[in-house]
Amino acid sequence: MISPGLDLQMNFEQALESFGFSHEVAHILWLPLPMLLVLTAALIGVLVTVWLERKISAAAQQRIGPEYAGALGILQPMADGLKLLVKEDVIPKRADGFLFTLGPILVLIPVILSWLIVPFGQNLLISNVGIGIFLWIALSSIQPIGLLMSGYASNNKYSLLGGLRAAAQSISYEIPLALAVLAVVMMSNSLSTIDIVNQQNGAGFLSWNIWRQPVGFVIFWICALAECERLPFDLPEAEEELVAGYQTEYAGMKFALFYLGSYINLVLSALLVSILYLGGWGFPIPIEWLSTWLGESFNSPIFQLFAGSIGIVMTVLKAYLLVFLAILLRWTTPRVRIDQLLDLGWKFLLPISLVNLLVTAALKLAFPIAFGG
Amino acid sequence: MFSLPGYDSFLGFLLIAGAVPVLALITNKLLAPTPSPGERRLTYESGMEPIGGAWIQFNIRYYMFALVFVIFDVETVFLYPWAVSFHRLGLLAFIEALIFIAILVVALAYAWRKGALEWS
Repeated sequence: MISPGLDLQMNFEQALESFGFSHEVAHILWLPLPMLLVLTAALIGVLVTVWLERKISAAAQQRIGPEYAGALGILQPMADGLKLLVKEDVIPKRADGFLFTLGPILVLIPVILSWLIVPFGQNLLISNVGIGIFLWIALSSIQPIGLLMSGYASNNKYSLLGGLRAAAQSISYEIPLALAVLAVVMMSNSLSTIDIVNQQNGAGFLSWNIWRQPVGFVIFWICALAECERLPFDLPEAEEELVAGYQTEYAGMKFALFYLGSYINLVLSALLVSILYLGGWGFPIPIEWLSTWLGESFNSPIFQLFAGSIGIVMTVLKAYLLVFLAILLRWTTPRVRIDQLLDLGWKFLLPISLVNLLVTAALKLAFPIAFGG
Repeated sequence: MFSLPGYDSFLGFLLIAGAVPVLALITNKLLAPTPSPGERRLTYESGMEPIGGAWIQFNIRYYMFALVFVIFDVETVFLYPWAVSFHRLGLLAFIEALIFIAILVVALAYAWRKGALEWS
């Protein structure tokens, strides 16, 4: 049974129309609200992730980590951001100023834009566009252009090599990533993220995609880490070899844009793993059982509100478990070499993901009920 | 106004997403001190005077990967419509995709054999 969910958009537009606004005006007044909300959520998510990263890295190395700015140093990322905001903007004399500025902007825009398709509940997303998850795959291809651009525009040898590595890495891991998503899409018969989650929410955690797509889950997670340039795949900015890779010449706000982009991308990837494989906003046991236990009708407004809130909490909780895993991986694993990285992508993940796709198709033919009809 | 539903939000979010970096850079411009001239605008090269520029011709080694990438990316795009409507197509579509993927696997094996996927 699919929950009808809260439809805030319809309620808001109807309320405005009852005040005498026309339908179009009500729609246009509604449009920016979810966008600003999601943008704020993404930025807060980044602040929390940066704080978590610093605290967990400190714990991994038996330090205390930030502790003066706010309780437990919770305001430290905000202080860092404000500091970068008032820093001098240095553009190297020999760099191409226009491309140098455009690079970080081009890196940040697609990762923010991808939040368009991240659902936090049945109707809690900005827009349920038809191409859904494919939009994210398309947008994530734009980012390497920005990285390559900033590497080239810096006119610095380290930056150029870092930019080239970033581009090679993204293109090597994009295909296994897209093929892993394709297997999930095949089971849901739809590209829409809403349909993908609904397909997983029949029987609580037992119907999550991770049980039917264990190989796809591992492929997706490895590729997501590589696309985010997280250790063990952070070659584009390997300190020992390339200083800071494509970021070497960047300072102040432009550096902060790269930093922000990489953390928004990390949170986004974690959210997408939870949507594609861990049942998105789904509660580990069927939510209808809760309504029976609480003696509350499933379709009553109170219970719908309760289910919607639980959905948001579940999505964020699952995503942050994965963020925690990514941070722990970063501080406990060594970096791979560039030839190992490319071998892993092309000679291992690509054939495996093709086989995974064909096996999924074969299983879908053999057991249509278990694999989405 | 929009023939496809939901894409008005895409346009709106594109504007908002674009405004974030632009506003951040403008705020930075207003708040930050003006860059002082001199040594600090020199290209960084481990504290030495930079020798030559980076805009030179050299073997970037990755171009073979880029070529193979184009092949497989197009393949993935072709497979998307197949996967979405697979539940209606049945066994024949499976065999067709099998042949399609087999041809590309041969291409991958060829590239592998020819050393296009080697780093050194």
